[in-house]
Amino acid sequence: MRAVETRPPSSSRRRAVTPPARPPTPRPGARARRLRPLVPYALLAPALLVLAAILGFPLYRLVSLSFQQYGLKELFAGRGTWIGLRNYQDILTDGFFWTVVARTVLFAAVCVGLTMGLGTLVALLLRNLGRPMRVLVTAGLVAAWAMPTLTAVSIWQWMFDFEFGVVNWLLTRLGVAGYEQHNWFDQPLQGFAVIVLVVVWGALPFVAITLHAGLTQVPAELEEAARVDGAGAWQVFRHVTVPVLKPIFLILATLSTIWDFKVFTQIWVMLNQRPSREYFLLGIWSYSESFGVTRYGKGAAIAVVMVLLLMLLTSFYVRQMLRAVGP
Amino acid sequence: MSRRALARAGYNAAAVLVLLVTVFPIYWMVATGFKRGVDILSFEPRWLPIPGTLENYRAAVGKPHFLEDVRNSVIVVTVTVLVSLALAFLAALAAARYRFSGRALLIIMLIVVQMVPLEALIIPIYLMLDHAGQTDRLAGIVVTYLTFVLPFSIWTLRGFIVNIPEDLEEAAMVDGCTRAGAFRRILFPLVAPGLVATAVFSFILVWNDYLIAYVLLRSPEKQTLGIWLASFTTNHGTEWGAVMAGSTLFAIPAVLFFLLVQRRVVSGLTAGAVKG
Repeated sequence: MRAVETRPPSSSRRRAVTPPARPPTPRPGARARRLRPLVPYALLAPALLVLAAILGFPLYRLVSLSFQQYGLKELFAGRGTWIGLRNYQDILTDGFFWTVVARTVLFAAVCVGLTMGLGTLVALLLRNLGRPMRVLVTAGLVAAWAMPTLTAVSIWQWMFDFEFGVVNWLLTRLGVAGYEQHNWFDQPLQGFAVIVLVVVWGALPFVAITLHAGLTQVPAELEEAARVDGAGAWQVFRHVTVPVLKPIFLILATLSTIWDFKVFTQIWVMLNQRPSREYFLLGIWSYSESFGVTRYGKGAAIAVVMVLLLMLLTSFYVRQMLRAVGP
Repeated sequence: MSRRALARAGYNAAAVLVLLVTVFPIYWMVATGFKRGVDILSFEPRWLPIPGTLENYRAAVGKPHFLEDVRNSVIVVTVTVLVSLALAFLAALAAARYRFSGRALLIIMLIVVQMVPLEALIIPIYLMLDHAGQTDRLAGIVVTYLTFVLPFSIWTLRGFIVNIPEDLEEAAMVDGCTRAGAFRRILFPLVAPGLVATAVFSFILVWNDYLIAYVLLRSPEKQTLGIWLASFTTNHGTEWGAVMAGSTLFAIPAVLFFLLVQRRVVSGLTAGAVKG
């Protein structure tokens, strides 16, 4: 599902067909020709109608809910009470909000940084491998990539099991003290380390394979020329490879930001569907305000803040993308 | 050893490490699924599932409502994918092949909509479906899945169509084909692999969902396979064999379909056709 989204925007630059501009002639086909400008709208109509109903309306509802008091009582009555900005006031003056925002941003930054950094290293590694080894590593990456999130979470949960997990066994074997019967989720920092591992493990193959495909497009002569001019390996990478790959980097980084900013399943399922408050990110907090303690209004306000933050973080990319797609 | 050989050895060592990290967890899942209980709960890991057993698979499949969950998943995925594919194909055709006012707006909307986290929309969607009495109904969950599968499908299909040279259709029209005939005879066969790929990507998106099914489907006989799988993990410390067997079963369709598109995505789009 991730592959197609990377399709470089440049490929979409082709013009749309302009219908041949012929003067209208009063022949039997004239009626059809007059209706021609309506064809695209007719094609779009079914999808747009459905989208308006299932996406447009919930979006509007989300925003309006965030201005309402909406709890169990309102749920039964079927309508909320308008309270203006109170929900937002509540959130913004709550110290916990800022903790969660900082935690979410930091978590996403660490995940994106690790995914992009390690992904680049693996892509470069792939380029330097002999063919059999490269095929093997690629196959391994594809296998990890294909794993559903739920499966991946279960696997890592089992590997980090405190009693019989293979990770504790390995660490103990390697002589690291204190990892016998060690519970990784007692301490949020360690728990988040495991969650970051799960996220990066799932996201890295996509980044590595896409970047490797991009690397094969970097003209060898360019790098050769830089080398002849006396550039070292790092300089070649920094001043030749990176600029060529920049568009791909940009897309990958933004997609990763979007995905990692709203990580939910990995934390929720990893912590057996009841994460403690130390593990709350914005998405989890919004969920548990709404469905845990049935304060849907406040949950909606948190969700709106989350959407705004995400839009802010990705606005740069959207602008680039629009430029590539053209008018 | 020469410097070159040394570098090569270093690269290969790194490759082995990458291979271990990517593949070992998967191997460990499959192996654990076939291990006897005593071998799973042993302080010294058993690296091979020998002697093996099918007991874990029997336990996983024997969970209450397994067959109903399979049926629900198949229904939900099939309906979602087919509906979104049909709607998305028409819309993508318009977005890729026609010039009309509002086209730029449409494209902006398609990009922006994909940024909205579904986690945020689940609250109003839940309340709306609750109001309409459609929570705990497969129809409600299909509609919910469409909210993210449809924009994604339009966007993906548009990419596929844009990549097919228009010259092919124009040539057919010069030769006397109508616009609709050119779509049907020229564009449609060429975009068929794109349709397959989009369908598979949508399948994977829906198959992998956990949150929506978890929120919307409450009664056990209405749930989907994702919930079935996650329900194993609540009893911590027990039944790791069944969890791993269930995870393996859950992963198989996703992996098979994924491998299918991996190969088909790039090839075949304009294969055999004249390049523009």
